[in-house]
Amino acid sequence: MNVLSHISDIIIPIILFYIVGYGVVSKVKVYEAFLTGAKEGLKVVVDIMPTLVGLLVAVGVLRASGFLDFLAELLASLAEPVGIPAAVLPVMLIKLFSGSAATGLVLDIFRTYGPDTYTGMLVSILMSCTETCFYTMSVYYLAAKVTKTRYTLPGALLSLAVSAVMSVILAGMVS
Amino acid sequence: MLNYLWAAMIAVGIIYAVFTGNLEAITNAALDSAGEGISLCITTAGVMALWMGLMEIAGQSGLVAKLTKGIGPVLSFLFPRIPREHKAREYIATNMIANVLGLGWACTPAGLKAMEELARLEQERGNPEYQHGVWQKETGGSASPRKQTAASRTASKEMCTFLILNISSLQLIPVNMIAYRSQYGSTHPAAIIAPSILATLVSTIAAVIYCKIKDR
Repeated sequence: MNVLSHISDIIIPIILFYIVGYGVVSKVKVYEAFLTGAKEGLKVVVDIMPTLVGLLVAVGVLRASGFLDFLAELLASLAEPVGIPAAVLPVMLIKLFSGSAATGLVLDIFRTYGPDTYTGMLVSILMSCTETCFYTMSVYYLAAKVTKTRYTLPGALLSLAVSAVMSVILAGMVS
Repeated sequence: MLNYLWAAMIAVGIIYAVFTGNLEAITNAALDSAGEGISLCITTAGVMALWMGLMEIAGQSGLVAKLTKGIGPVLSFLFPRIPREHKAREYIATNMIANVLGLGWACTPAGLKAMEELARLEQERGNPEYQHGVWQKETGGSASPRKQTAASRTASKEMCTFLILNISSLQLIPVNMIAYRSQYGSTHPAAIIAPSILATLVSTIAAVIYCKIKDR
């Protein structure tokens, strides 16, 4: 663990040093280039601001209404026979919409069941191998001003389903 | 599609809240979330500016071109129809590299630029939906005459592939999860690395196969 947290601590300084160093060696006017790029970056943020507000409001409303919990409870009876504990299902659902909300639920599971139990391992692996589907889609497609997403959603859901199946199998093997 | 999804999320949430008596919570959630959206943007803005600034340096010094060349064969396999010298390849390469390294903060800016470049690629290909200032005639049915929407764009195959791969999230070390696990007293927090890589590998392979079938 220590090694790992060291790796994550040093990776950003290394990248910083390497990029700036490489720029200097290649005789780029590094600071001027940096400013040009930074300005571009701020523009990107301003562009996604409305989406982010819209999306978080929708997720917030859905979560506060209790609908997500209701849905998870409803599906729990289907999920438990195939090895998915009831507590994990809300994580799977909410992870589709919001990564931070799902993280909140995962920490709750760690507190209740412990990270090394089957349930704990399952959510750990699940969280590590999936991305927030609807959030990613809406933010990215907004950047290209695309509204018809064709086969993106089925493809994304397929890959998430495969991740979920793999997580169940692997969590059973390691815990 | 996103229009319907967004509307459905709000409608379902509010209707459900009416029946469960959670309307007060909805009010708070809506207002809080809107504020959260802005504060999230403000915290992101610094990181975004920093990263894009660095990427500009990396771009001008030829570092990005070098990296892109490195994973060139992979890109050519996944996106056979993007011209070799197109900028979209660079951004896709950066996004993928950041993804694999687990640099979440670095993925999004490159990803957004990649999408913009993919849109430009469509424009260059002469796709009418992507030309600026083109207004689409209302096709189909009961659209009101004063509803003059900009051309509604359809995702290109490259965009679909790119997004599906992004969502399947090829990540080497799930640093956050490992940190959370040790925080909650796991005896072996890093035990999830191998299973996570395996799971993500299989799901990414499934995604690639799916895209390849759809892409034909």
